[in-house]
Amino acid sequence: MSERPPTTGTDLPPGPPPTAAAKLAFGERIAAASDSRRRFFAKWQQVPKPARWVIGILGLAFCYALPSLNLPVIPTTGTDFSSMLAGSVVIYVIVALGLNVVVGMAGLLDLGYVGFYAVGAYTVAVLSSQHGNLPWLICLPIAMLVSMLSGVLLGAPTLRLRGDYLAIVTLGFGEIIRLLAQRFDWLGATPGISNIPPPPNIGPIHFGVLDSKSFYWLGLTMVVIVYFFLSRLERSRVGRAWTAIREDEDAAELMGVPTFKFKLWAFAIGAGVGGMAGSLYATKTAFILPQNFELKLSILFLAAVVLGGPGNMPGVVIGAVVVAYLPERFRFLDTSRYFWFGVALVVMMIFRPQGLLPRRQHGRQVEPPSDDPPPFEDVREGDPDLEGGAHGTATA
Amino acid sequence: MDFNSFVNLFWPSTVNGLVLGSIYALIALGYTLVYGVLRLINFANSEVFMFSAFGSFFAIDMLGIPDRLSNGDDPYKTGFTLVGVLALCLVMSIIIGGASAVVLERVAYRPLRKRNAPRLVFLISAIGASFAMSEAVGEWGTKQRQDYALARVFKKRRLFSIFNADVRNDYVLVVIGSLIMMVILVLFVNRSKVGRGIRAVAQDMETARLMGVNVDRIILITFLVGGVMAGGAAFFFEIYNGSARYSLGFELGVKAFTAAVLGGIGNIKGALLGGLMLGVIENWGTSLFESNQKMGSVTAFVVLVLVLMLRPTGLLGESMGRSKA
Repeated sequence: MSERPPTTGTDLPPGPPPTAAAKLAFGERIAAASDSRRRFFAKWQQVPKPARWVIGILGLAFCYALPSLNLPVIPTTGTDFSSMLAGSVVIYVIVALGLNVVVGMAGLLDLGYVGFYAVGAYTVAVLSSQHGNLPWLICLPIAMLVSMLSGVLLGAPTLRLRGDYLAIVTLGFGEIIRLLAQRFDWLGATPGISNIPPPPNIGPIHFGVLDSKSFYWLGLTMVVIVYFFLSRLERSRVGRAWTAIREDEDAAELMGVPTFKFKLWAFAIGAGVGGMAGSLYATKTAFILPQNFELKLSILFLAAVVLGGPGNMPGVVIGAVVVAYLPERFRFLDTSRYFWFGVALVVMMIFRPQGLLPRRQHGRQVEPPSDDPPPFEDVREGDPDLEGGAHGTATA
Repeated sequence: MDFNSFVNLFWPSTVNGLVLGSIYALIALGYTLVYGVLRLINFANSEVFMFSAFGSFFAIDMLGIPDRLSNGDDPYKTGFTLVGVLALCLVMSIIIGGASAVVLERVAYRPLRKRNAPRLVFLISAIGASFAMSEAVGEWGTKQRQDYALARVFKKRRLFSIFNADVRNDYVLVVIGSLIMMVILVLFVNRSKVGRGIRAVAQDMETARLMGVNVDRIILITFLVGGVMAGGAAFFFEIYNGSARYSLGFELGVKAFTAAVLGGIGNIKGALLGGLMLGVIENWGTSLFESNQKMGSVTAFVVLVLVLMLRPTGLLGESMGRSKA
């Protein structure tokens, strides 16, 4: 189906493949890491199901109670803790979950994800403040729908592009959305849109300017819903199709997976979730500006996904929390905190190239016999084209 | 849409676009070279450019030239003094560009290559390095996040006109200088022994290694050459624009990367073509939309998408390894 770029006659991964010794070392390290994790998961599976539920619910309850607990060390010093949780951590988590569909599951590199986030935020702002006064609860699904539509509109002409070309086109899309918002008065132009109404009160939970706890709870609830929905999707036929596309698009196509259709779905669903995060952001801050949607944000979102471990939802959540939380926690470093953030990204990538919590290889793993030479599967794990996924077939 | 201004400003914006475009092309070469060899977007190339933009400032500082035209004090230089000052600026920019690119490769990429990390990881590492570099300047530079203005040693004046477009002496210097750098680069890649090594590694890294090419060294040299090109671009940008700040890399880097993709990333001639086209299209877009520079970038991106739809690997395709250049 696709026009392949002229090959340079190589099927080898980029970067010099390591020597046999290095391969062995890497394979062993991966094997050791996945071993301990496998043991952990095996133990987890042995815990009776009701107990697992109880632990899960307790963990969730802890998350809900977090802003009220007054724990030592964790709360941010420079900013209000619950406001930080509501305004950045939960939003980053939602965004990262959405971007993970595109980057982690389907393996498409998207550098302009902020565009969808902006579409969501602007849809809410336009419908509820600038040109109408619809309540937020009605705006939310509309915003998600509009974002999905924008995902399809962007994806339909561009998803036939491979790897890095897709990256630059999406990057351009993110910029275009921001620049258009900045230019058209209808979208508030440079001064932005203010007075975006809060969500309706639910019983005793009020959503005022100072009620960041309620926004945090709302956001956390959205995280739970999105997580549930996406994890079901991941295990469905759609999720398997995405995995196939990520691992080898041509093979998937040959096996009868309609790759274009599923890539478009990945884009649309990712965009919808991004739009959802954007609408939460709009209602939380009640005021949006084009500058809030700069390219830098896309990059932070991508960093969250890759840092956590693309394709693994718990990992991505952790990555998003880290990316959102660290710069706030280290606010005492003042403006230099982004410098340290950059350094931390480089260092973390060097020491945990697979992400903080890498993707598990579901059942495909052949148990490596212990004294044999490094088995094929181990080498495979370190292979950029297979593992990185994003542009596995870009050059081959 | 303002067709009147587009028609009136057609030649000035074309000329300006070509000047800016040749700067884009030089930066784009940094992306293209590294991409051709490693299949990797060297996201931090833009910060290498930003760093080396300060080379001219260091050179001017070293020579103790005052930054302003204060009473009777004339910073404008002429004749050999001017050539000497400019040459020192260029050399400083190139040294900083080359050195920072090499350090970048050592710190942010080589450890990952040793571990055979997935490709996305390289991208994030590059992004981290790019953050760190620009924030370091924004944080610890003498003027922090403000604009640095370069002392005007070079008096800009109109040389001649093409239709209704003024051509200034700095335009000529920038365009000719960039062309010379590009010709040298093409000759280097096509004719020299090291250049052959670069092409070999771009074509097939493993075979090149088996044939006795020192791949790590070639990669380091590729980064070095990309950094030198960024250094040259930074010097020309300072001649043309005369100011710099910590976020400069980000602003121009995105455009240069777009230019590289437009021409066909990994293709040296593509970078040249893409850079010039992007510069011109951007300026046309700006004049078409009431001199709104933002709309210029939008136009450029729309054109990029259209080009990629018709030619999915850019105008000239990716071909550093296969063809001659």
